[in-house]
Amino acid sequence: MSMPKFTTEPVTINLGPQHPSTHGVFRIRISFDGEDVVDAEPVFGYLHRGTEKLAESRTYVQIVTLTDRLDYVSSMSNNLSYVLAVEKLADIKVPERAMFLRVISAELQRIASHLMAIGFWLNDLGAFATPLMYCFREREKILDMFEMLCGARITLSYMRPGGVLQDAPEEFWQALEVFLKEFPGYIHELEDLISGNEIVLARSKGIGILSGADAVNSSITGPILRASNVNWDLRKADPYEIYDQLEFDVPLGENGDTFDRYIVRILEMKESIKIVNQCKENIPNGKIRESNVPFFIRPPEGDAYASVEGPKGELGFYLVSDGGISPYRCHIRAPSFINLTSLTDMLKGWKMGDVINIFGSLDVVIGEVDR
Amino acid sequence: MCNESNGISFDFCSIQGIIGGFLPESLDWLVFLLTAITLSFLVINALVLSTAIYTWFERRVLGRFQARLGPNRWGPFGLLQPIADLLKLISKEDLIPDQADRIVFSIAPVVFLVPVLLVVSVVPLGGDSFLGRLNIGVLFIIAVTGLNTIAIFMAGWASRNKYAMLGAMRGVAMLISYEIPMALAITAILLISGSFALTTIVNSQSVFFALVQPIGFFVFFTASLAEMSRTPFDQIESESELGSGYHTEYSGMKYAIFQLAEFMAPIVTAIIITTLYLGGTRGFDPIPGQLWFVLKVFLLVFLMLWFRATWPRLRIDQIMSFAWKALFGLALFNLVLLTIEVQLLQDGEGKLQTDDLWLMSAINWGIALLIFVMMAVFKSPNRHGINAQVSSTASIGLKLEDK
Repeated sequence: MSMPKFTTEPVTINLGPQHPSTHGVFRIRISFDGEDVVDAEPVFGYLHRGTEKLAESRTYVQIVTLTDRLDYVSSMSNNLSYVLAVEKLADIKVPERAMFLRVISAELQRIASHLMAIGFWLNDLGAFATPLMYCFREREKILDMFEMLCGARITLSYMRPGGVLQDAPEEFWQALEVFLKEFPGYIHELEDLISGNEIVLARSKGIGILSGADAVNSSITGPILRASNVNWDLRKADPYEIYDQLEFDVPLGENGDTFDRYIVRILEMKESIKIVNQCKENIPNGKIRESNVPFFIRPPEGDAYASVEGPKGELGFYLVSDGGISPYRCHIRAPSFINLTSLTDMLKGWKMGDVINIFGSLDVVIGEVDR
Repeated sequence: MCNESNGISFDFCSIQGIIGGFLPESLDWLVFLLTAITLSFLVINALVLSTAIYTWFERRVLGRFQARLGPNRWGPFGLLQPIADLLKLISKEDLIPDQADRIVFSIAPVVFLVPVLLVVSVVPLGGDSFLGRLNIGVLFIIAVTGLNTIAIFMAGWASRNKYAMLGAMRGVAMLISYEIPMALAITAILLISGSFALTTIVNSQSVFFALVQPIGFFVFFTASLAEMSRTPFDQIESESELGSGYHTEYSGMKYAIFQLAEFMAPIVTAIIITTLYLGGTRGFDPIPGQLWFVLKVFLLVFLMLWFRATWPRLRIDQIMSFAWKALFGLALFNLVLLTIEVQLLQDGEGKLQTDDLWLMSAINWGIALLIFVMMAVFKSPNRHGINAQVSSTASIGLKLEDK
């Protein structure tokens, strides 16, 4: 008599689209063998709004408002990338003061975005809401400053082809000064509480490793790439605006695990503070917008691609013009989307708890993934 | 059962005496029944009320930890918030999934709640416990709290939901593992007190057992955090991973019962730890024992809240290896250590004097500190280095000038 063969089969779970840790409407179809991940397949498109197609029926200035809604926690960087592309396409010069204002707001936005990334990552690790609330407290100050700049907090639309919407009011500079003075102490506090926490270290060191070669091969950019010890930052490699006049460093991780992604973001916030400080010191007086930019921009026929180092990675806009008032084609290189390409490889073999941990450390915003 | 008079106390016998005064002796059974009902009524309501206050306390304190206010709208300082919560919960539709096992699904919340309530009836809140002198109190606690595992598995299995199932599987694995160090830690207490009765254990704590056996206290406290699945061991629910774990499919009144039991668990656990390790009602004189008891319970509950507010969650395999590699070993070591000390120090009748207990405390604290220092130095892998570098340029060999 032979024993019946005992077989097991993996369980497939739909993680999302309604799930507390998918940061929006995102779905990962995961096969588990017990607690171990056998296979994972990201499924997205739930938040698709057709931004690229909508852009074809908007004027060049109107599209700025569409870019706000891509990565809705870093509108400034989206605005910046888009207006750079338009300026390249239509050959518009930008006054220097506007460039400084743009860099200040983009770097503040980077801090805000990284704060959210770190807060939600720790939330995913199970430190329920406490670190998140601390991060949000600081992010709130940045949003207040944005409100002074342009009257909005999330969907900012601050930048325009040829400059910015309006000059920063006096109260903005005061708030900025207080913020720059207080924020380094706050990063120090956050590092004190988290970087040495034994449980955080046990959960994040050596987890979800992405090698530098894999990262480059799958076009990953931003903090995730730099955490894998690849020295690549568009602000240094292909300086736009005034970044070539500024002094700052590019932090690099060593192993490419989730802890490195966290620490790279912390260090980048410190660098951003440096950048904002320099901009605040050196900002010239003058115009904030080129006055000869028409309301309906009609760029000559042709195409242009401009990209910035956004908080999530290389954010690029590719615009094709047929000479009309709206682009013939608009393509968005969304870093959140492309950073997901190696998700399956990163998840395989790890446990259920690590799935959330790794996905959280990628800092994906669904508005940008689905566009 | 009720031969001796205990003076003014609040246990089964005295209540039976009071009720018996109103009824003829031929109705013994009725007196017994009425006493039982009165007692259950008192225990359940006292616990439910304190749980209500505790949920308010937890949410306010968590709010403070998280740099926000917490509930403050309904009633003074938001004190009526638990009532609002309850009204909301019971007015929700009570859904049972189509594919669920209806009977098991419906019983599970009750099975989850009952053991938590039962445990309190043996705890001495004054001179005596509600059930009088139950002489196997410790065994009763271990046995009854073990039922929780079954309830969680019932809920997870009956829901026919993958998240609930995963949560329940984790729960069973974790709860069973942590029961072992917990029971071993209790064994060490029995060695000193020489009795299973909680009243005797409290009376023998002329020196608090938390001082006499710090390792045992650490093991028991940690294991009981896991037993009620609080952070950093909240694998069973693990909100960010499993949605809501084993009670994902529950709603309405059933969900309310689960929440009630879950919020009651910290109080009950704190009550048990106070009784076993912090001398129960013992304290300095002008303040009555009951107040001391409440104070100690409050401190323990606050400590658990502190953990919850500040620590992330461990992974399931880390939790299991912590139970078997660290706590199990520590509990065994504690047991052996105490056995040797009790054997050496006890007098002819097998009793330990207060001086002996102080001596044991001194020795054990020395050993405990040594062990923790050694674990920190030798066992922990060197994870603290931050290996990030900073580069002032950025290039991986690509040139972008000529693009």
